[in-house]
Amino acid sequence: MSIIAVTPRRLSRALTHTAVLTRRNLLANLRLPDVLLLSTIQPVTFMLMFLYVFGGAIESALPPVAQGAYINWLIPGILAQSAVFGAGPTAYGLNNDRATGVIDRFRSLPMARSAVLAGRTLADLTRSTAILLLQLGVGVALGFRWQANVFGLAAGVAVALAFGYACSWIMATLGLAVRNTEAIQAAVYLVVFPFTLVSSVFLPTRTMPGWLQTFAENQPITIVANALRGLMLGQGALVPGQTVTGQTMLAIAWTAAILAVFAPLSVRVYRRSVS
Amino acid sequence: MEEPVITVDGVVKRFGRDVRALDGLSLTIPAGVIYGLLGPNGAGKTTLIRILATLLPADAGVVRVAGFDVRRDAEAVRARIGLAGQYAAIDNHLTGRENTEMVGRLYGLSRRDARTRTATVLERIGLIDVADRRVKTYSGGMRRRIDLAACLVGRPQVLFLDEPTTGVDPASRRELWELIRDLVGGGTTVVLTTQYLEEADHLAHRIAVINRGRLGSEGTTQQLKDRTGGAVLELSIPDTQHAAAIESLRHVTAVPASYDRQRGALVLPATDGVATLREALRALDTAAITPTDVGLHKPSLDDVFLTLTGADHTVGPGRPFAAVADTGAHEGSETS
Ligand SMILES: Nc1ncnc2c1ncn2[C@@H]1O[C@H](COP(=O)(O)OP(=O)(O)OP(=O)(O)O)[C@@H](O)[C@H]1O
Ligand SMILES: [Mg+2]
Repeated sequence: MSIIAVTPRRLSRALTHTAVLTRRNLLANLRLPDVLLLSTIQPVTFMLMFLYVFGGAIESALPPVAQGAYINWLIPGILAQSAVFGAGPTAYGLNNDRATGVIDRFRSLPMARSAVLAGRTLADLTRSTAILLLQLGVGVALGFRWQANVFGLAAGVAVALAFGYACSWIMATLGLAVRNTEAIQAAVYLVVFPFTLVSSVFLPTRTMPGWLQTFAENQPITIVANALRGLMLGQGALVPGQTVTGQTMLAIAWTAAILAVFAPLSVRVYRRSVS
Repeated sequence: MEEPVITVDGVVKRFGRDVRALDGLSLTIPAGVIYGLLGPNGAGKTTLIRILATLLPADAGVVRVAGFDVRRDAEAVRARIGLAGQYAAIDNHLTGRENTEMVGRLYGLSRRDARTRTATVLERIGLIDVADRRVKTYSGGMRRRIDLAACLVGRPQVLFLDEPTTGVDPASRRELWELIRDLVGGGTTVVLTTQYLEEADHLAHRIAVINRGRLGSEGTTQQLKDRTGGAVLELSIPDTQHAAAIESLRHVTAVPASYDRQRGALVLPATDGVATLREALRALDTAAITPTDVGLHKPSLDDVFLTLTGADHTVGPGRPFAAVADTGAHEGSETS
């Protein structure tokens, strides 16, 4: 394969094709009302479940900045979790496109290669944005009060979405590397569940056994959740030694690192998985 | 003669260590014809189509499509081809029009051109009335046609159709044939694979019979029929004696006799006509086998196929070579 220079013409073609495919993938969401409904109800239901099941037991263990309300602790964590969960469909979508021959068709067309993956991840980012905003809205209605200013709140949502977008590229790699349609679901859960559960998303990590705590405190989802809490609730949400800026920078660094590894990797897998 | 639109020269494609899907295949396809690729399951037809359509790199050999090397100038090839794979690769939740326009955009048409070109193609393909319905509501035949429309929107010079009528009822199949014939009238070269001998017989100007990744035979349908020697010998023999009969006929013709369940008889090519008949009867006599019926007739394409591949398939007009072709049992290996 020859090395192709990025000319303005090629770039504009790549953008056009990305837009065309983003639209296609979003329409798939909008045109399947049952899927749309379930995939929006589900995250909200989960949020309520955690809120009311865990809430009472946990409130005493929360830092003062949560003002004794679990919801204040939970919402930033849930947003981090949802952003990661929102990346799962990237794997299903690409896997399905390959299984149904759609990717074969795309590859036989004179189109920008990058557009298939970009169109998929951007569509999933759009959907995640909608879900996060919905959760935030429901959270506020139920009593979530962010302590920082509105910019902190927006920055928190942005950090979560950026991280979720990076995760989409992990999922793209997974969706193309795992051929079996049934196995893909299991593979996604295998990655997503341990990371979201063994984290500070739902509970402070203090009560975990030592070795687990070490993992939980240093893995990226915890860091993103910390960053969100810092940005939304303020310094008081973080344990001594952590700063809002520090956690935010760390979250952004993780996002960049995941992108740097998995964007090229998924493109590679895309190139060969289909041949 | 002008330059062939497709040249395949010594192409080898291996999967893993043992499978040689294509094993030194060479053929040329002239412009403006319908070219049929025929062969039993696993012969390598889909593999060849995928290589021609730039989806799969060959391990060895040279492949040129529309004047360009598929490896070095894949982009240029893609701009000139259309591919309808073994499944209709269309989006159920989009309308026929949206599907077609989307592919038009991906072929590089402007939004306006994609729109007008889509209308033209849907009109021509007879789907304009249902253009704004979701593809989900389409019948199998309509799905095939919209898949074809999506290829045509880019005005391809060469169209690859992998089993274009599998799973389509006979009436719709005939409509599709009409459509494909029309295309060639417009100058497009069509390369199709098929499980249906009848289809190749009706539709293709030239046929390549592929067997185990090699070219079995190639030519116009008439040439292929002539090549079997002009006649087929049919011998009705009691079931219990089939094996013995096939064994005793081994020296009579180059290709072994095979059992054709449709006819309920053993068949073998009668290369030398009546002389072959006489020799076959003598061989059976030696083995103390008496046929209940004997016939010598002109070959159908089925006979050609059996002769050229030596395959022990039971086939009949319009029937797939093997029932498993429709169960999807072979598809797993192919799409993976
Ligand atoms: N991706 C793959 N990995 C491993 N083996 C493969 C792959 N694709 C094809 N094969 C093998 O290569 C051979 C040729 O397959 P191919 O799909 O080209 O046959 P075909 O002529 O299209 O058959 P069918 O009539 O069943 O569609 C088969 O033995 C098949 O199992
Ligand atoms: Mg095939």
